[in-house]
Amino acid sequence: MTAIELRNVSRWYGNVVAVNDITMTIGPGVTGLLGPNGAGKSTLLHMIAGFLAPSRGELTVGGAASWHNPEIYRTIGLVPERDSVYAFLTGEQFVRTAARLHKLPDPDAAARRAIAIVEMAGAQDRKISTYSKGMRQRIRVAGALVHDPQVLLLDEPFNGMDPRQRLHMMDLLHGLGERGRTILFSSHILEEVERLSGTIQVIVAGRLAASGDFRAIRRLMTSRPHVFLVRTSDDRKLGATLIGRPAVNGVEVTDGGLTVRAADYGTFTREIAALTRDQGIALRELLPEDESLESVFAYLVET
Amino acid sequence: MFGVQGRTIASVTLRATMGRKRALLFALPPLILIVVTLLLKLAHPSDPSWPSQILGVFGFSVVLPLTALIIGTSVLGAEVDDGSIVQLLATPVPRSVVIASKYVVATVLTMIFVALPELLAGLIATGGATRLAIGLFVGALAGSAMYNAIFVMLSVLTTRAIAFGLLYVLIWEGLLGNLVAGAKLLSVGHYSLGIANAIAHDSNLNAGLSAGTAIGMGAVVTAAALVVAARGLASFSLKGDAI
Repeated sequence: MTAIELRNVSRWYGNVVAVNDITMTIGPGVTGLLGPNGAGKSTLLHMIAGFLAPSRGELTVGGAASWHNPEIYRTIGLVPERDSVYAFLTGEQFVRTAARLHKLPDPDAAARRAIAIVEMAGAQDRKISTYSKGMRQRIRVAGALVHDPQVLLLDEPFNGMDPRQRLHMMDLLHGLGERGRTILFSSHILEEVERLSGTIQVIVAGRLAASGDFRAIRRLMTSRPHVFLVRTSDDRKLGATLIGRPAVNGVEVTDGGLTVRAADYGTFTREIAALTRDQGIALRELLPEDESLESVFAYLVET
Repeated sequence: MFGVQGRTIASVTLRATMGRKRALLFALPPLILIVVTLLLKLAHPSDPSWPSQILGVFGFSVVLPLTALIIGTSVLGAEVDDGSIVQLLATPVPRSVVIASKYVVATVLTMIFVALPELLAGLIATGGATRLAIGLFVGALAGSAMYNAIFVMLSVLTTRAIAFGLLYVLIWEGLLGNLVAGAKLLSVGHYSLGIANAIAHDSNLNAGLSAGTAIGMGAVVTAAALVVAARGLASFSLKGDAI
């Protein structure tokens, strides 16, 4: 069983800490590395992939260090975020080149097998320069899979893909995970991770903010307090009513309206419509204030 | 020569290098050399001094280093710049094989685009397979091998390989190499001229180094540059998140 193991791994650039003391173990199946842009996901992925030295800590893939160790690529397949490939090659030539670089005994057969996995046989004789973004991504995955690696690392694999291409890629990764491969992909989009992986590692500001089963973390995310800005025809009257409701933690009257801290998103948004109607108050505006992903992550760090 | 990995890298490198628009530039300096040679041959068919001036001085201090610079920084530098090198490095290929394959492609291309035109121009200028023509050809072959080791190394060490390469060629070799006696010892241009002069025996070439020194120093510099390049590539790092 090939696992990715990090023990107290940090990486800094000068005075800036990009990854801060992360300890985690990633085993077979699909794991999502989730976090806002600039959180340190790519830095972490690059270190696991052997393209960046940890400043401190221990990092191994299948028991071997990945930095300064080209042999590790017999175990790892990497699909980097940057979509630059030898675009003058055909898809088949690209994958066969990868097979030859891995010194596989039968590069042609290995290339055919990898291309079949990503379902690109129909377009394999076209130059990569003619491919769509999704097709390029798939052929890059085929290149990374050609040596049948135990570990597949993908940096933001869904960026720039249309919904159909995303679904296809998700099915592909899901299938590989079910067949016992260790798949680790990074994403800053919650829904992508939700659809694809049971296990997630949430990285915020270089730290591991949450780790484990997605559903538990998702519950934590949706049951967190929400802040709403409410504007009505009579803010004080509504405020007085709201403060008596269990779904509301706090109310503040400001010049711009009411700032309401709701304990539960769903209950509050259902209740407020009924409350304003019953009290004869006109509800003019209801704005969630902290729906950015960053605020969700920040909340996770606090809990 | 390097097994399947080396051959694969060389073949992809050759296609990538010759497929870029920049490849048109490879042919420009040697074309100028041949055109100038033809014009001078027509104007001064029997003057014995200009062939060594044009083919030696202009050929070895302008055409050879600039063409090698364009080619040597193309074979690897372009892939480092656009990130496609990761596809190559995320494989178990020894980094020394990557450098050696890229270096061989750059050297052979430079030999084709500089050493062969030098030979052709030498044959035209001197009217046959003279010592000067052969000497310049051999000097250019050696220069192609030496310059490319340095330029491949530069493209591993810095993203501004062309700028640093130009500084080396223009300031160190062009200016200091001719003014300061000791600078010749670290000048690939002078190594090439020294090797050419060992065959040509032509004082107009202004060779400042003996053949022995030129070959010895050239071999050391070439080997050292390739070792540094392979080590640098082994530590190739991807930038992390924008922070």
